[in-house]
Amino acid sequence: MPEKSIVLRTDLLSRSIQNRKLVDDITVEVRAGEVLAVVGSSGSGKSSFLRLLNRLDEPSSGTVFLEDIDYRTIPPCELRRKVGMVTQRAFLFPGTVYENLQFGPKQRGEELSENLAQELLDGVGLSSYLMRDVTHLSGGEAQRISIARALANTPSVLLLDEPTSALDDESKSGVEGLLHDIIRKRRLTCVMVTHDVAQAARMATHVMMLADGRVIKEGTVKEVLHA
Amino acid sequence: MLNRLFTDQLQLGLAQSAVAALLVFVVVLLGRWRKVHLEREVAIALVRGLVQIIAVGSVLVVLLRGPQWTGAFLLAAMILAAGAISTKRAKGIPGSLLVSTCSIACGSGSVIAIMTWLGVIDTAITSLIPVGSMLIANAMNTNGLALNRFRSDVLAHVGEIETALALGASSKQSIAPYVQASFETSLIPAIDSLRSLGIVWIPGLMAGMLLSGSRPIYAAIYQFVVIAMIFASSSLTSLVSTMLISSHVFTSADQLLLRPGNGEIGTQAKKA
Repeated sequence: MPEKSIVLRTDLLSRSIQNRKLVDDITVEVRAGEVLAVVGSSGSGKSSFLRLLNRLDEPSSGTVFLEDIDYRTIPPCELRRKVGMVTQRAFLFPGTVYENLQFGPKQRGEELSENLAQELLDGVGLSSYLMRDVTHLSGGEAQRISIARALANTPSVLLLDEPTSALDDESKSGVEGLLHDIIRKRRLTCVMVTHDVAQAARMATHVMMLADGRVIKEGTVKEVLHA
Repeated sequence: MLNRLFTDQLQLGLAQSAVAALLVFVVVLLGRWRKVHLEREVAIALVRGLVQIIAVGSVLVVLLRGPQWTGAFLLAAMILAAGAISTKRAKGIPGSLLVSTCSIACGSGSVIAIMTWLGVIDTAITSLIPVGSMLIANAMNTNGLALNRFRSDVLAHVGEIETALALGASSKQSIAPYVQASFETSLIPAIDSLRSLGIVWIPGLMAGMLLSGSRPIYAAIYQFVVIAMIFASSSLTSLVSTMLISSHVFTSADQLLLRPGNGEIGTQAKKA
């Protein structure tokens, strides 16, 4: 079986703030269709690492290669379209669900048709929500919309920053199941930050464990979590 | 009552100032009761304001008799001071002093220049300085309001702004709602002044013109002219200020610099 191509590669990626290393020389590869879970305790540098991947923060040293291209050569808007992100809390913009789904495509002058928007909503289990105002959504529904909104940009890589940690138990299992299905169906390449090791075991193909910004273990789920 | 106690005009003025300051302090103490602590800031502002206005009054006595170029010199100095004062409302935003000074210079300076050239503002220093200072002071207030609102809105919406960036929006697009809100909010006092002119307040300039013997109708029309000029210069200042300041809170790679905590400015390299 031919080896899958490398979609995302970090090369000695570091970020320091006031002489404190948040991310320390991380080199890792994510191949097409893989789900890399980044685990570690609070303050281990998981979210800081994720923010470097779509350049919301600037690395102090090192870089990231997206499909073999140094991401510093890609315009930030284009890079962030290709590397989508779902955050812990869904920040929906005022207006309807449809307007939120249209946001990404609109930024590059494209129109998201109602049919495509409906398909995205069907995918996140909120078929009848297209024209609803976002102010009336529950936390779980809002997170599902933020997943659909990120997918509307057709990203090459999806970054998930603790996507279920702000939800109640019922919504949490629903959103996790949904993400699991979407990732498998769309064969998405993902980097997911989670403090929940069980969730990482359920969703990931590979795991990277961080402590004080450094990689302390890396490998398949079995190698890292069940060793 | 004070008129009877003090016959000397200077003594009367100082006594009136003391009473006015006392009134301010009563209000500040009421604020303290509501846990709003402005004592130190208000005390400094009062003393500073009194000293400044007496100093300016003394200087004006000399300058008003001087050549016409001193008018332009005084207005330029006022613009620099206004820039320095209103930049304090943009604490933590790099380059805010330059943005404030340029915006006030552009907003009030252009209106003063055009209106003087058209003959709406008299070139005599006795007319140019009072009218010019009104335009500059109002531009300064508007600029301060715009920067203050912009700063607090950005700090309160870091999540929304970074979500927009993460979805492929440019820095300009991600921050557009907050720039617009800052601009609109900063103009509320100027719009209200225009709306309430003659109904709620009769400005000092009109009163002064009446006292100096101008025809009431002309004094009223000229007061409208001044308020309209204030509105124009304030709007232009806020427009330039909000346009310029928005680029100062991002790096060249569209990374948000203004974040809560630690002086608000994050540690992104300014030129990523």
